Amino acid sequence: MNVIYTDVLIIGAGLAGLRMAIGAKRRGYDAIILSLVPAKRSHSKAAQGGMQASLGNVVKGQGDNEDVHFEDTVRGSDWGADQDVVRMFVNTAPKAIRELAAWGVPWSRVQRGDRTVVINGQKVVITERDEAHGTVAQRDFGGTKKWRTCYVSDGTGHAMINTVADRAIAESIPVHERTEALALIHDGSRCHGAVVRDLVTGQLSAYVARATGIAAGGAGRLYRVTTNAVICEGIGHALALETGVAALGNMEAVQFHPTGIFPAGILVTEGCRGDGGLLKDAEGHRFMPDYEPEKKELASRDVVSRRMEEHIAKGKGVKNRFGDHLWLDITLLGEHHIKHNLREVYEICHYFLGVDPVKDPIPVRPAQHYTMGGVRTRASGESPTLKGLFAAGEAACWDMHGFNRLGGNSVAETVVAGMIVGESIGDFCADPANAAAVPMGLVQEFLDRERAKISGLLLGNGTEDAMALRVRMQEIMTAKVGIFRRGNDLEEAVAELQQLLVRSRHIGVRTRSEGANPELVAAYRTRMMLRLAITVAHGALTRTESRGAHFREDHPRRDDSQWLKRTLATWPDDNATLPTLAYEPLDVKRMELPPGWRGYGTKNHIDHPDTPIRQQEVDAVRARMPQASRSEVQAALMPYEHLLPPRFRGPNERVDEPLAEPRTGT
Amino acid sequence: MSNAKRTLGFNILRFNPQEAGATPRMQRYELEEADGMTLFIALNEIRETQDPSLQFDFVCRAGICGSCGMMINGRPGLACRTLTKNFDNEITLAPLPVFELIGDLSVNTGKWMHAMSERLETWVHMKQQEVDLRRIEERMEPKLAEEIYLLDRCIECGCCVAGCGTARMREDFVGAVGINKIARFRIDPRDARTDEDFFEVIGDDAGVFGCMSLLACHDVCPKDLPLATQIAFIRRKMARKAFE
Repeated sequence: MNVIYTDVLIIGAGLAGLRMAIGAKRRGYDAIILSLVPAKRSHSKAAQGGMQASLGNVVKGQGDNEDVHFEDTVRGSDWGADQDVVRMFVNTAPKAIRELAAWGVPWSRVQRGDRTVVINGQKVVITERDEAHGTVAQRDFGGTKKWRTCYVSDGTGHAMINTVADRAIAESIPVHERTEALALIHDGSRCHGAVVRDLVTGQLSAYVARATGIAAGGAGRLYRVTTNAVICEGIGHALALETGVAALGNMEAVQFHPTGIFPAGILVTEGCRGDGGLLKDAEGHRFMPDYEPEKKELASRDVVSRRMEEHIAKGKGVKNRFGDHLWLDITLLGEHHIKHNLREVYEICHYFLGVDPVKDPIPVRPAQHYTMGGVRTRASGESPTLKGLFAAGEAACWDMHGFNRLGGNSVAETVVAGMIVGESIGDFCADPANAAAVPMGLVQEFLDRERAKISGLLLGNGTEDAMALRVRMQEIMTAKVGIFRRGNDLEEAVAELQQLLVRSRHIGVRTRSEGANPELVAAYRTRMMLRLAITVAHGALTRTESRGAHFREDHPRRDDSQWLKRTLATWPDDNATLPTLAYEPLDVKRMELPPGWRGYGTKNHIDHPDTPIRQQEVDAVRARMPQASRSEVQAALMPYEHLLPPRFRGPNERVDEPLAEPRTGT
Repeated sequence: MSNAKRTLGFNILRFNPQEAGATPRMQRYELEEADGMTLFIALNEIRETQDPSLQFDFVCRAGICGSCGMMINGRPGLACRTLTKNFDNEITLAPLPVFELIGDLSVNTGKWMHAMSERLETWVHMKQQEVDLRRIEERMEPKLAEEIYLLDRCIECGCCVAGCGTARMREDFVGAVGINKIARFRIDPRDARTDEDFFEVIGDDAGVFGCMSLLACHDVCPKDLPLATQIAFIRRKMARKAFE
């Protein structure tokens, strides 16, 4: 039996996984990271436009702070988010920017003086302040009241992961590249690590760990058209689901990004619209103001994507042999801006479309982009049902995004959650009660089980083709579990996906090699992905309301009276073809921001009975504290700071909000 | 564009070093070209419909992650953003040289790059380890931040190394990728290292003095990094250090 021991095992070497491992290592615990690919090739790399943090350095960001970021995020989530977690997040995001700035990320900086920007289709001259010169700059993004998105040109994720991956090398954290977790080792209440396959040699090993962290990213490849990298197959989600004990939260909440290039689905950043780009139809008409007079192109992604599809359904799209699309026009930004601040966009248009975005509009249509759902965790990042299992980033349902994530909040979540959950893992390892003896019989049992599954595929006589099953799954998901959903479509989707799952038990492979074998990998992953697809579709069918990115044509209103709750899916029976769904209510009585209208999108929700009562309480607290600071008011409404690791507590300094105490040290 | 679809021939170097007794061979596949077809689309179609054993690496398929460097008609490039329409009917694909072969078109650039990073210490050597995260970040001139980013755009795809004459002769050569990293950290005011420190890791024939100025690296870099300028500049700085 090949066994590797470590304090901490992290699955996934993107930003969340790397930062978690660095956190654990700095607390004195050895961490090993598993990764399908070299760390710098992780999908974190693809984050283009930026990372939200309320620094308020640029003049259009002045007045921004944690409170504004909090409200934008909760509204963006359509009140699906855990408000404690959002508070933890918004308070740590500026600290994350500052940590990364010290580690070497070349954040774009504020240049004092006049500059021309495009706002609402018009060129406007704004003047940046002298006192902000050289601080980290922000750009505009969807669903935000202030310019809050910090960026490195349009290669933000690239620059961040370069720095963080090199930081991990500097701190001697091993990344076991081209390895893959096949199953979590657990006894029904405690996680002990994972069974791992070497993708080059095929060797199976047990990685036995005190704490295991899942940071394997999203599940975009459940869909036919997605902006996600080919490795984003939801395997981290599936590992947790297959324990039968850990729950996945809100898997039906799937984000579609408005601007995937058509038809390939490759992302062009929201920064295009944030910097002033416009959406136009076949007639060259700018249609978003007709639907969304308040935020226009910069409403939240769920709203913009729906409006685009609505407009296409009216026959206003551009017809092309692959289907209909719309135009993203950034020509008004000018050549200099495009070639300096939207470099990747320029390259993508040039190489994949043969389009010069300086002169011509870009063909776009919404494409699957982000998995809001994930491994349900407490605020600490630990699974409430499987001790020793942690999750962070897109793979987690921590839950700061609820039913729709704001642009710039995901790459921010990766590093912020990595910082916070890394500390939680440190605390967990420090507790002697968690130094449980490793049950070697259990480890052997899990290894044997995975070995049997692989042998079954390699030596069995199955006849089903994994790739064919997968393609059919992706087609069903895109056609029936997409932007607009209907009960009967969803029923059909669940039924057919269940058939595919049953068929997947008889997958055969033609290449019988135990080592590097892409066909074998596709076979076992497809089985895992099918369960996940059913979990998404079943959750969407059961949720008879519309919230954020989950839109039911047959139930178009957000219904807080029935559905202000989080879906929890588990898969306790290996032979079942459906997950078990349970629901976790969100407590309106504790909310700092009680549910209401988002400020964009349709205004037709049904209130929760507690909402007016809580709103009165909140108003009363604010009224009786007219002299209090904003942090005092916040603490009176919803105290959360005790949930943060001590090192990340405390205020964030801004140009307009200097810290009272003098600077120490240098 | 004419409506008649071309039939493309893909001549692919096949070799699985894990298999006992295996020898390298060329294998030809035929595929009907589609509109907007890239090598990403073509190779996946071959694998899905003709040969499930074919090995290659793609991750982002958008030209930003650097996974899919390969020899395309003898020239290193990113397969994902290579459109077939720019080629004749026959396309020859081979793995990048220099790097350890995993199988067919898949090579272990990750291992090579990791070793390079450890050797050159490709991270900011911070002047003080503890950062007060509550405080406003250290300021930086906007122009300098952009200059750093321009050098930081490297995606470690390995094309420069595969196109390098020295790298074919010296296993320990750091390549243009390594020299460019040094150039990036050298202009970063957050890095405490001096030219003396950089000389330690790059001031020899395995470093910047190994470059023969053939500069294919510059021609093949998918990100159009200014490698020729940076190599010349670092060589001058390091030569000066050598005479001090």
